[in-house]
Amino acid sequence: MSMRTPLGRVRGLGSAKSGTEHWWLQRVTAISNIPLVIFLVIFVIRHLGASRAEIVASISNPFVAILLALTFVSVLWHMRLGLQVVIEDYVHGHVAKFAALLANSFVTALLGVAALYAILKMSFGL
Amino acid sequence: MTKTEHARRPLSPHLQIYRPMLTMLMSIFHRATGMATAVGVVLLVWWLSAAATSDAYFDMVQRFFGHWFGRMLLFGFTWALVHHALGGLRHLLWDTGRGFDLPLVEWMARATIIGSVAVTILLWIIGYGVMP
Repeated sequence: MSMRTPLGRVRGLGSAKSGTEHWWLQRVTAISNIPLVIFLVIFVIRHLGASRAEIVASISNPFVAILLALTFVSVLWHMRLGLQVVIEDYVHGHVAKFAALLANSFVTALLGVAALYAILKMSFGL
Repeated sequence: MTKTEHARRPLSPHLQIYRPMLTMLMSIFHRATGMATAVGVVLLVWWLSAAATSDAYFDMVQRFFGHWFGRMLLFGFTWALVHHALGGLRHLLWDTGRGFDLPLVEWMARATIIGSVAVTILLWIIGYGVMP
């Protein structure tokens, strides 16, 4: 028998057993997305029509590389949480829903690792 | 056996029941632009990966984005991103328990639509301005 009080057990956890973590992380990443996406938009606009060498030169700056990496982590995390809710709302079959949720996580991880790999590769010099 | 007859109880309201309203449209747009932005993120990762790969591959990807179809995708991505970001600011305000006053909600909905179009056009004007 658990010695914890009912309030202690339920605090932070709802019937979904994960409490408000999803909701909270969606907000945390929403806030971090604001400055990071502004940075990303400036970065993209500054490199419109740029040669590959110019992009590599910019990313070789550690501040640019770190900010770019943070942007992709924040955006992809936010994106995975958001798409998860969309899947949970519209995909009702057990197998289909499970497959879609897995695909969501896997594709997000793939995109994240690919983005970080590209950034680090350019940052460390091709 | 008697035929089972479905009780004519009121059902939970669903989408078709409601009169279309601006706030409802904004809720749908927020979700749709979020999903569209996810497609844009795939394009961004593709672009960065191409830059990290080779000159030939990067040139191919740049040609795709320079093509009218690629430009159209990027324009849609820009608008979806800006709309989702501005819509997100409204949600962050609501999360603090503020901003539920109906005239303000309607005003923010209009501001998000007008603002997203204006910022998108502005970004593209700047974009074409800086392009060599």
